[in-house]
Amino acid sequence: MDSYAYRHRHLLGIEGLTPEDINHVLDLADTYVEMNRQAEKKKSLLRGRTLINCFFENSTRTRTSFEVAGKRLGADVINMAVAVSSMRKGETLIDTAMTLNAMHPDVLVVRHPESGAVQLLSEKVDCAVINAGDGSHEHPTQALLDALAIRRRKGKLGGLTVAICGDVLHSRVARSNIWLLNAMGTRVRVVAPRTLLPAEVEHLGVEVFHDMAAGLADVDIVMMLRLQSERMHGSFVPSTREYFHFFGLDEDKLKAAKPDALIMHPGPMNRGVEIGSTVADDIDRSLIRQQVEMGVAVRMACLELMAGNLGNGPPVK
Amino acid sequence: MSGLRRLFHGARLIDPDSGRDMIGDVIVVDDRIAAIGANISAEGLGPDVETVDLAGLCLAPGLVDMRVQLREPGGEHIESIESGSRAAAAGGVTTIVALPNTEPPVDDVSVVEFLARRAREVRLAKVHTYAAATKGMHGKELTEIGLLAANGAQGFTDGVKAIADALVMRRVLAYARTFDQLVLQHPEEPSLGGAGEVTEGEVATRLGLGGITAAAEVIMIERDLRLVAITGARYHAAHVSTGAAIDAIRRAKLAGLPVTCDTAPPYFALNETAIGDYRTFAKLSPPLRSERDRQAVVAGLADGTIDAIASDHAPWDQDSKRLPFSSASCGIVGLETLLPLSLELSHNRHMSLIDMLRRLTVAPARILGLSVGRLAAGAPADFVVFDPEAKYRIQTERFRSKSKNAPFDGRPVQGRVELTVVDGRTIFERAAA
Repeated sequence: MDSYAYRHRHLLGIEGLTPEDINHVLDLADTYVEMNRQAEKKKSLLRGRTLINCFFENSTRTRTSFEVAGKRLGADVINMAVAVSSMRKGETLIDTAMTLNAMHPDVLVVRHPESGAVQLLSEKVDCAVINAGDGSHEHPTQALLDALAIRRRKGKLGGLTVAICGDVLHSRVARSNIWLLNAMGTRVRVVAPRTLLPAEVEHLGVEVFHDMAAGLADVDIVMMLRLQSERMHGSFVPSTREYFHFFGLDEDKLKAAKPDALIMHPGPMNRGVEIGSTVADDIDRSLIRQQVEMGVAVRMACLELMAGNLGNGPPVK
Repeated sequence: MSGLRRLFHGARLIDPDSGRDMIGDVIVVDDRIAAIGANISAEGLGPDVETVDLAGLCLAPGLVDMRVQLREPGGEHIESIESGSRAAAAGGVTTIVALPNTEPPVDDVSVVEFLARRAREVRLAKVHTYAAATKGMHGKELTEIGLLAANGAQGFTDGVKAIADALVMRRVLAYARTFDQLVLQHPEEPSLGGAGEVTEGEVATRLGLGGITAAAEVIMIERDLRLVAITGARYHAAHVSTGAAIDAIRRAKLAGLPVTCDTAPPYFALNETAIGDYRTFAKLSPPLRSERDRQAVVAGLADGTIDAIASDHAPWDQDSKRLPFSSASCGIVGLETLLPLSLELSHNRHMSLIDMLRRLTVAPARILGLSVGRLAAGAPADFVVFDPEAKYRIQTERFRSKSKNAPFDGRPVQGRVELTVVDGRTIFERAAA
């Protein structure tokens, strides 16, 4: 592990990471899982550093998770709530980036409703940027925390079969997971009505299913995706009733999966839309709460990764 | 069970599915065809076999009419499941598929269930229904296609309205494909369709009526075919009426797209001149076309590009038709003239009798995935007996349909339904009528 070096300044996506990168983060994160379970949870790795959470889209859990991770590593964490309406245009985003950059942050954690916006911002600042979700593109720390949750429970990633179910079309979680799981030798399936699948998704290295019984047959992991409410009432699927009937995870559909298959969901869940409460709350099979715990550890590991490449502060412009 | 046993003897049996065209017998036990062929022995059926002599008559599968408006629920004074089913029986139609443009529309599972219950109570022709492709047929939001199909909806269409928005149509096709469901389109580009009430051309110009360009049909079909190519969904263009549209569908079929289409008798039996002096009974949607397009429809039927003939039965009361032309409703009743008007195609030697009957029976049944429309041992005993030569004039006031809106009153035709049987039960007999 000593010889390992992360070759990037930012963490913008899983696409482009090597299996070595991923394993390194997961190994580091394992140590943070243990640390976070102790009474003393603080390190001084990032003491003196400034982390700004810059969320152009509402988020509670991801923002809090990064905030906790940053504080446990000793950074000063600032949460910047950005009024989305005034920030839609690219030029404004660049202005914001320049403004933030002038405050000499060390790490910017950015979420934005438009795909590619985080990369654009990263090109304009001198600090490290972590993508906390950009549009329908990527959400790398989510995929890493999902991988950690799977690896800790199943002991491995390679050789498993994972079914990603639901709104793949709009999901950055799905895309990041597809890249990561493929890199780690996991077989990936997507299961969704045709209106919720992007074109040529099979070229990303997944098997495509439109039927839960077939798609879940003999899988090790069932990863459900959130269906946003504005997509439930006719434009992509006709109703929550029909969606749950055909694509919502319940005990009956879960029977197709392996007997020890685990259930995941990036949250927040729509109970009765994409997932039924009985399976969501099944303490033996649901990894949903562990995913949240893994989130903090994975984000600490990512921050440690970034810390290795931080200079002594950006030059003043 | 020692149910009904009947021997239908000596008819010309015509079954387009198997290609059978011969003099022979059909034995019906209960609701099924038990045996079919030449000189079948009725021995072993017991003493109580009723023999029906059909010498000189044709016996064919009951007609499958894939485009009917029944107006129930909501318009029962114009037509009901019972009156429509009686009209079907008199027309030799044993299976009807109703459009969803009722009030309320068939866009919810409860309406599908209501129609199924009413059909069971009426118990004449077999009545199926399409469901709306979009909620309220407003062309915006998808209906519960999966649940509607699971509860018996036969396909998805916005009825007499085109699904206009290309993105909505794409999603309808993609979503329907998820459940392997058929999408049926009323193929008229609505903004062009809104420009008038008759086909654009000399007739429209002389009458001073707004014209709809014939291209409105092919524009919509070409668009849909592109979306079918993207989505792979099964697509059916209803009542095609122009040569350009038929050419487009012919090319699409050659390219292997999952595309079918039907037409209705007015589009091969009439042209735009039938409007005469503002006869609202000749106002249809799509409108009656030029003679050249009418001939293209006949050619499309003959070469198989047009898979099916449907009645496009559209009942309207007097109040909806006794109006200035532009204000009158579109459509004509067709259940009781479907067979005699279609027989004109074979009488005029555009196509063989068996080929014409294919487009009224097994072809639409296959498109819909129904097991009816054929004469075979084990198949449902649904058939029509008709005299192909009988000459008479259509008398609209004798229609069983509650509505009499048809421009065919007094038209001399050749071919008359004598007997209609559904599931072994006689639902129409001319001698008794």
